[in-house]
Amino acid sequence: MAVTSVPPAHPTARPPTAIDVDRIRQDFPILGTTVHGKPLVYLDNAATSQKPRSVIEAMVQFYTSENANIHRGVHHLSERATRAYESVREKVARFIGARSPREIVFTRGTTEAINLVAQSYGASVLQPGDEVLITGMEHHSNIVPWQLLCGRVGAKLRAVPITDAGELDLEAFDRLLTDRTRLVALVHLSNALGTINPVTDLIARAHARGVPVLVDGAQSAPHLAVDVTAMGCDFFAFSGHKLFGPTGIGVLYGREALLEQMPPWQGGGDMIASVTLERSTWAPIPSKFEAGTPPIAEVIGLGAAIEYIEAIGLEAIAAWEGELLQCATDRVAAVEGVRLVGTAREKASVLSFVVDGVHPHDVGAILDDEGVAVRAGHHCAQPVMERLGVPATARASFAFYNTFQEIDALVRGIRRVRQVFGP
Amino acid sequence: MTALNDLYQSVILDHNRSPQNYRVMSDANRQAEGHNPLCGDRLRVWLRLEGETIEDVSFQGSGCAISKASASLMTAAVKGKTRAEAVALFERFHQLVTGQSDPTRAETLGKLAVFSGVSQFPIRVKCASLSWHALKAALDQPGETVSTE
Repeated sequence: MAVTSVPPAHPTARPPTAIDVDRIRQDFPILGTTVHGKPLVYLDNAATSQKPRSVIEAMVQFYTSENANIHRGVHHLSERATRAYESVREKVARFIGARSPREIVFTRGTTEAINLVAQSYGASVLQPGDEVLITGMEHHSNIVPWQLLCGRVGAKLRAVPITDAGELDLEAFDRLLTDRTRLVALVHLSNALGTINPVTDLIARAHARGVPVLVDGAQSAPHLAVDVTAMGCDFFAFSGHKLFGPTGIGVLYGREALLEQMPPWQGGGDMIASVTLERSTWAPIPSKFEAGTPPIAEVIGLGAAIEYIEAIGLEAIAAWEGELLQCATDRVAAVEGVRLVGTAREKASVLSFVVDGVHPHDVGAILDDEGVAVRAGHHCAQPVMERLGVPATARASFAFYNTFQEIDALVRGIRRVRQVFGP
Repeated sequence: MTALNDLYQSVILDHNRSPQNYRVMSDANRQAEGHNPLCGDRLRVWLRLEGETIEDVSFQGSGCAISKASASLMTAAVKGKTRAEAVALFERFHQLVTGQSDPTRAETLGKLAVFSGVSQFPIRVKCASLSWHALKAALDQPGETVSTE
């Protein structure tokens, strides 16, 4: 791939990566729009990503000429829709390195995938006094389902503390992994801090004690090459909308043996083998966990998103984003009065920061006026904010379509924050 | 650009930097906390209500420039007012920040008129009214008597 955009000369300049960012940007209609009369600089990818034209068109195409319900019709369109839907399941399985498409359950998103595991696996395994181990850097979606579960069965929820830099305390992890631990649930890539956790190592430690592990991959799936088999996790959850696909669709990967032993969590059509008025039997996995008509068009859109990402390649994506993050880290940290929040050694995509004496919401409002979209707030990770002693942060999060010029705009915006609010 | 300048007027920036009545009130007889779970803003308003009159009012907490400046200017505006006057002022202030008031009448709100720019930023209405909601809660229900912080 030809390189048409090279980083401007700055102290951290590295050899440019094989990402044709100008051409890629042409694929995302929204990136050509303006905000307050300025070109949109979209740095809120950890909240949701923008969609390439191929994803938008795949969904329009489905509704225009292929729409039908799946798994039940004998007619041509239904067969076509079923094939399209199931082919995405195969695509997802290949994308994350699952052994079989039977290990891929479609959900509404990461949140629903985690709730599925809590309510099905968790509720059938946990006894009073048992423990679920999470970490201090989880998104609320990997805290609250476990609180609900533990409250219901009388189990205990424990959390691995994090260091000032925003890394997991690995010694504490070993200490907190006890013979009462029945499940570990941890984030792969922190949405608030950008920390990449050593999941493969932690999974091995948990497995050594016979404890299965759920990995929250909402942030990692769009930015890191994921191979669930090599990683060894028992469950892996991610969302379509952060992966350049539509909202309303997510994935739960579950190891086949576990999915087989888990009870269904929602009842309805499509998840049964047979129903009488007295009792029912369940469909084989993964249908057992997909009650009712699923979001078919969204699954088609997710398939298009995965195709788009695979054409670029996650290695190239990770390399480009790594350069962007390094450059942004150096330049934002160099602005007087700015402090970075989350300085782990292994990071991706996310740059959280605070400006002395200025609330993150005011930072976000002024950046917005410059056309720069960032998130300001607690990022649905209040325990992280509390641990690091900040009520909130401003967060810039990068995707492969971002450029070094956009980092210039971010830095200009932060300087303007300092001007408006004075030293 | 102009909308943003309307939002962050210098009076607001000054009150954000050096808020008035920013203190714990040891002889307060009413207090209430305002919390905006969306952004994490949290502030506490203290009152000394004698009869129907707000003899003294103060606040403390963390929040954005809009919520902090609004709390500061609120304390200045309601000190010495009766309960009914303060509630009426809140109603007119709320109309101002939600864009429902006649702009030509804004000056009757005195210094509070600097918040007229908020109406162009619907998401910031909650920031501007947080302290007022806490004030109203403190007026409506007797809290614990005195804070010992």
